[in-house]
Amino acid sequence: MADMQDYKSSLSDVTSRKFETFSYLPEMTTEQTRKQVEYIVSKGWNPAVEHTEPENATSSYWYMWKLPMFGETDVDVILGEAEACHKAHPNNHVRLVGYDNYAQSKGAEMVVYRGKPV
Amino acid sequence: MAKTYNAGVKDYRETYWMPDYTPLDTDFLACFKVIPQEGVPREEAAAAVAAESSTGTWTTVWTDLLTDLDYYKGRAYAIEDVPGNDEAFYAFIAYPIDLFEEGSVVNILTSLVGNVFGFKAVRALRLEDVRVPIAYVKTCGGPPNGIQVERDKMNKYGRPMLGCTIKPKLGLSAKNYGRAVYEVLRGGLDFAKDDENVNSQPFMRWRDRYDYVMEAIQKAEAETGEKKGSYLNVTAPTPEEMYKRAEYAKELGAPIIMHDYLTAGFTANTGLANWCRDNGMLLHIHRAMHAVIDRNPNHGIHFRVLTKMLRLSGGDHLHSGTVVGKLEGDREATLGWIDIMRDSFIKEDRSRGIMFDQDWGSMPGVFPVASGGIHVWHMPALVSIFGDDSVLQFGGGTLGHPWGNAAGAAANRVALEACVQARNEGRELEKEGKDILTNAAKSSPELATAMETWKEIKFEFDTVDKLDTQHR
Repeated sequence: MADMQDYKSSLSDVTSRKFETFSYLPEMTTEQTRKQVEYIVSKGWNPAVEHTEPENATSSYWYMWKLPMFGETDVDVILGEAEACHKAHPNNHVRLVGYDNYAQSKGAEMVVYRGKPV
Repeated sequence: MAKTYNAGVKDYRETYWMPDYTPLDTDFLACFKVIPQEGVPREEAAAAVAAESSTGTWTTVWTDLLTDLDYYKGRAYAIEDVPGNDEAFYAFIAYPIDLFEEGSVVNILTSLVGNVFGFKAVRALRLEDVRVPIAYVKTCGGPPNGIQVERDKMNKYGRPMLGCTIKPKLGLSAKNYGRAVYEVLRGGLDFAKDDENVNSQPFMRWRDRYDYVMEAIQKAEAETGEKKGSYLNVTAPTPEEMYKRAEYAKELGAPIIMHDYLTAGFTANTGLANWCRDNGMLLHIHRAMHAVIDRNPNHGIHFRVLTKMLRLSGGDHLHSGTVVGKLEGDREATLGWIDIMRDSFIKEDRSRGIMFDQDWGSMPGVFPVASGGIHVWHMPALVSIFGDDSVLQFGGGTLGHPWGNAAGAAANRVALEACVQARNEGRELEKEGKDILTNAAKSSPELATAMETWKEIKFEFDTVDKLDTQHR
């Protein structure tokens, strides 16, 4: 068994800040992100893109990138909006949301572009 | 025409066996598994159960004639064989809604599972299922928050939530206890949990525990940037003391408290659920004592009924069994009561032991909590069985990590996220679980070590309380 390791996390180390679902995994590749978009579409959820400065990530309300893409099922269009949001706000977290209007909740929510920790 | 009074004892079936009765939408329905005393015919035993759980007593009394007993009586309306059990049968009984006080789980149980369970004409009796009419559901408060509200409050979407019961269950000082909470939260869990028998003992009084646990929550939130909670057990010797503790938890800003609904009782639980609704507090429910009531397949109350009673009384989480861990749980039956906790409408499904359709209308759902003897290797099966709307709780499976609680928590969080990601990609978790975890462990030494530590542990005992299935 491997030697004991220290668990690296502290208030002063900004890389300790997480951002909920999938933030304990390595950043997703484009191909992996595509599969998550396909999942949201297959569930019939409404995709949306939101972003925030990393220091304000704990707020309930991130900035909406345009409006949720109601009824959009084209994976490339959805990925394109996420990328456009990232290009416009390169230092921000950009998250992909799947709004489930029947559950009145979000069926999926994940950061797909990780912002610059501050 | 008015009836005449004839004193004496008459057969129950003359009054309470009504095979032609069609239940009303407003009736309470109950299915009992009955093993009658030798020589007692099924119809008589079924009628006796209907009588003793509603209006009847052993002899006719003159005051029966001062009311309309034919309206108020319970009606045994059907009898069925029990698959796999020749001496037992199912008795189906309908009760008019006016037999029960509105919003009172206490009143329902006092009638349905009261004196009748000690009744001499039956050798053993088990309440298998009930149908609560929607008209009655509407009189109950139910879960103070529900699944959708809790997800918003805790900011957890698209995955099950993760928890951990702090161990050793008894004996830690408040400050050391808070340390253990802090470590699991900073490592990536969403919740820590007081063990059920942690109340306010001499080694750790409740107020001290709450203070240190809140400090742990606040620091872990600042450190990880994520919402955290810890179920502060407010179960107490008296309702007054319970409310005192709940008020202090609220004063500290705690997001969630916990209660043991069976040992503390339904009056206390319903009151506490109402308090939680009024105060925006999440409520975790533990089920100590349930196995005393629900484990014997021939006598007692099935857990699916206890589940329905809790959803009416109120709670946002309820322990459900794990299917895969150290505690009892038949997979199909467990899936049945998980649906009963979460869904708005559950169809009759004998393959899951569900005897009636149940309509909850707009009553919020309860998170099922899988807890007990589970570790990272169980994660693929747990995510597959429970889905996103659940809380997966790893006690020993977090704290027993060779590098400590934070590493154990991180291992669980990585394993969970890897399984959810793979599921979303369309992969079959229970088949490909090993590959998925092994791959995730490449970027998480914490997970690699957890997998190595627990690789040999299995819990494969046969369940005692199985579904009733044909044996010949």
